[in-house]
Amino acid sequence: MTTILAVDDSASMRQMVTFTLKGAGYDVIEASDGQDALDKAKVSAVDLVLSDINMPIMDGIELVKNLRVIPDYKFTPILMLTTESASDKKMAGKNAGATGWLVKPFNPDQLLATIKKVLG
Amino acid sequence: MSVDLSQFHQVFFEESHEGLDIMESALLNIDVSNIDSETINEIFRAAHSIKGGSGTFGFNEIADFTHVVETLLDLIRSDQFVMQPDNVDLFLKSVDCIRTMINELEGGSTCDTEQANVLKQQFEVLLDGGFSGEPEQSDASETKVSAKDETGGNGWQIYFKPDIDILRTGNEPLRMFRELAELGELSVSAVTDEIPALGELDPEACYTAWNLTLWGDADESQVKEIFEWVVDESELTITPLSLGADRHAQTESPQEVSLEEPQVQDLTSNAAPQNLVSQNLVSKNVVPQAPKPERPKAEKKAGDAKKESKPESVSIRVGTDKIDNLINMVGELVITQSMLGEIGSDFTVENLPKLMAGLEQLSQHTRELQESVMSIRMLPISFAFSRFPRLVHDMSQNLSKKVELILQGENTELDKTVMERISDPLVHLVRNSLDHGIESPEQRLAAGKDEMGQITLSAFHQGGNIVIQIIDDGAGLNKDRILTKAIEKGLVSDSDHLSDEQIYDLIFRAGFSTAEAVTDISGRGVGMDVVRRNIQELSGSVEVESTPGSGSVFTIRLPLTLAILDGQLIRVGQNVYILPLISIIESIQSYDQAIHRVSGGCDILRLRDEYVPIVRLWEIFNVKPDSKKVEDGLLVVVECENIKVAILIDDLQAQQQVVIKSLNDNYTTVEGLSGATILGDGTVSLILDIGGLIKLAGVSKEQYKKVEHTDDSEAA
Amino acid sequence: MNTEEDGAIDPLNASIAEIKSGEASEQYLTFFMGKEEFGVDILSVQEIRGWEPVTPIPNSPEHVLGVMNLRGTVAPIIDLRMSFGIEERRYTEKTVVIVLTIPTEKKSKIIGVVVDAVSDVCSFTKSEIQPSPELTQTDQAQYVKGLGSTEDKMVILLQLTECLMAAPKGRDKQRQLKAG
Repeated sequence: MTTILAVDDSASMRQMVTFTLKGAGYDVIEASDGQDALDKAKVSAVDLVLSDINMPIMDGIELVKNLRVIPDYKFTPILMLTTESASDKKMAGKNAGATGWLVKPFNPDQLLATIKKVLG
Repeated sequence: MSVDLSQFHQVFFEESHEGLDIMESALLNIDVSNIDSETINEIFRAAHSIKGGSGTFGFNEIADFTHVVETLLDLIRSDQFVMQPDNVDLFLKSVDCIRTMINELEGGSTCDTEQANVLKQQFEVLLDGGFSGEPEQSDASETKVSAKDETGGNGWQIYFKPDIDILRTGNEPLRMFRELAELGELSVSAVTDEIPALGELDPEACYTAWNLTLWGDADESQVKEIFEWVVDESELTITPLSLGADRHAQTESPQEVSLEEPQVQDLTSNAAPQNLVSQNLVSKNVVPQAPKPERPKAEKKAGDAKKESKPESVSIRVGTDKIDNLINMVGELVITQSMLGEIGSDFTVENLPKLMAGLEQLSQHTRELQESVMSIRMLPISFAFSRFPRLVHDMSQNLSKKVELILQGENTELDKTVMERISDPLVHLVRNSLDHGIESPEQRLAAGKDEMGQITLSAFHQGGNIVIQIIDDGAGLNKDRILTKAIEKGLVSDSDHLSDEQIYDLIFRAGFSTAEAVTDISGRGVGMDVVRRNIQELSGSVEVESTPGSGSVFTIRLPLTLAILDGQLIRVGQNVYILPLISIIESIQSYDQAIHRVSGGCDILRLRDEYVPIVRLWEIFNVKPDSKKVEDGLLVVVECENIKVAILIDDLQAQQQVVIKSLNDNYTTVEGLSGATILGDGTVSLILDIGGLIKLAGVSKEQYKKVEHTDDSEAA
Repeated sequence: MNTEEDGAIDPLNASIAEIKSGEASEQYLTFFMGKEEFGVDILSVQEIRGWEPVTPIPNSPEHVLGVMNLRGTVAPIIDLRMSFGIEERRYTEKTVVIVLTIPTEKKSKIIGVVVDAVSDVCSFTKSEIQPSPELTQTDQAQYVKGLGSTEDKMVILLQLTECLMAAPKGRDKQRQLKAG
């Protein structure tokens, strides 16, 4: 069972992502900020991380940095959710070790296509 | 697969409202000269979330507008824009605007973007001219490159040398090649020259480069897209395969790959730095209209009020501790019930004490359960108070007055429905205090007061009620003006002798207004009587006290719950009524009491050190008692709003808990009654409202006196 | 509850329920007050009950007899005969209370009206209903929808509103408030 960690401080986004991914057969773990995500990632085996950038407590960039130092998560695909005008965020994400990004707003089909691409 | 996104709309609306509240609260407290980073980030994140969500769920008008707001916030938080004090107002107005649009969507109508466009222009002005740094470069698009690139005739020759750390970002060249293979026929060969000896090899690094040949009619943009995430840190060369070349002609020797003119095509556009920020903002579809003249305030406010009134929410958030409590109680109930079942199944008279004990326990558990369930509907009044900082801020600005708002007792809990319905009356009373109570700064200084006026909203529990007070240190009510107006409007005649408090009470009569110029805020005079009626419909009351020059106090009393009451059954003749137990002080036989007859008024009972007016229930209700004589009956001394009266009845009956049924639902409000209930025998019994009885009897506060002159506010 | 009147009332209640579960139609429950026959839309009728003592409401208009427990709801009971100026009002075994839903601006209200006796359930087509001229001058005119006439009878068709509960003009029996 492929497990995806979905991180976003917006409940409606989390719900939409979870619903979409579960519908496609993935297992989903939700987190509402970077710290929450980090804690959950340490406890469960996650195959892909999908994370918003702007979040309280620990933002997406910090989350990526913190994940990459965990041996299990050195090579795990991590996708950032960014908005179009934030190219500096994309750079920051990449520099922190993120795999790539998805641009908001996206629709469920785009989400699934990208994830499929990454997970093969 | 198609996901129905509308199932997430409600959550989005709710979280957006929360976000807007956060924005508003933070904006009201922000210190522009010394912006706290956490605060500005909080505001930014809230706007960002709303923008993201609205875009995702297709609410484009909101997304478009919020984008502008978010952009400016982003510049402020990254110190590229210096925030000015009047920007706060613009942001506050934007919050209002977004709120309105969301309400419209929630109500099922489309968004009216008129206000949004007006505000958008103001943002654009700021964004175009005001900031000090370079705008963020915005990629025109990510997944699709807008310019149509060359299409190779037969396909593409690709040279790909990823960054050495590519694997550490979770990217996998193999995955990209697989994707390429879906676009056409692919052949891949590796360039291994840079791979070090095994001993020096870092297995997590990537030293390999690749030459790939893709045949087919894929677009260059499709190829680029596959490498989108890694292109910045990699070498990527894409050249069209020459026309006519076929795969057999291609050499696959790595050494022979030669790049013709390096056609390095970066995805990040290096074109002349465009002011892409403002470009985004000049809406593609909206022709910037000449700024419309401010619509007359009254109209605007009315419109706002209409849009802002939300339907009463049908869900409630409950702390898990309350739920756990409930579960525990149900558990105990089940235990007691099974215990009683056991006693009952094999009952002998010897078990009677056990049965009684069990029933007692049952009664206890039922009561606890009931209280627990009631408490679920209880919410702290802070929810109702939360709109007032903004309201006071805006209104005091509009009126050019300086006002400080103090909130007290925000944790005081009350029933959710009561709170929702008290909100509008509270707003009206606060507006009234702001408008008519608090004087202008000049007037205040002239009167020797502090320039800054104070309005206090205070809530606390008293007996079985919640008391909410609106206190202002303004000019107080103008007794003479009120009386004059009332006589003018025919509400009273000038021969009536009215006490001060009765004069103040006149403001609650229909059709009353003393405002010279009717402002849109509260001058219309239909307000106060509607306020009182709304509160009465909640089985509550509102009174006003005032001291000229010092200020006024509006006191609202509301029952804690609308549903259940501990009642004392009383009888007058054939009629059984119910008195709220909580209001009863004591009951006494009349015949051995000292009763003073007052000509033309009520009889007064001398009770220890107090003079307590007597209310003859049979008289005000027009019913036939056993006896009309005071000496023959029972006097029940009750307290209401700091005065005591003695109600004359024939008989006391049982005490019991009653479920309050509204008279309003099917009939109308009746003065002197707060509702009805259905007794065990199926008949309807009326629940008395002491405040109403006092009014019906014409008892004024001054008739209740204590013999010694003590502080009025001290309870007996 | 009087078992004698139960015999007449229950079948009526049953047929009301049956009609309401079917299609909406112009059917009326007819009843007598004084010498006239009146009718109300069957869809507004909740049930018919025998006359029971009510709990009087202090200082209410004369025609508001009080409130009654109608299946757990406290509803006002109005003597419709008084509202329509019918002088002779008796409370016999035939006297019934018709429980109605009255539309209002907000939720609808439930009230009970006291009439002399119920008659039947009749249908009137639109052509069989005419406006009634003479009644348009009176206080009660606001409640008259029209006259339904067939070969053998003429029924005054009513649509009642919450104004029914207000004090009629000129007959204010409410107590004046004492000045303090």
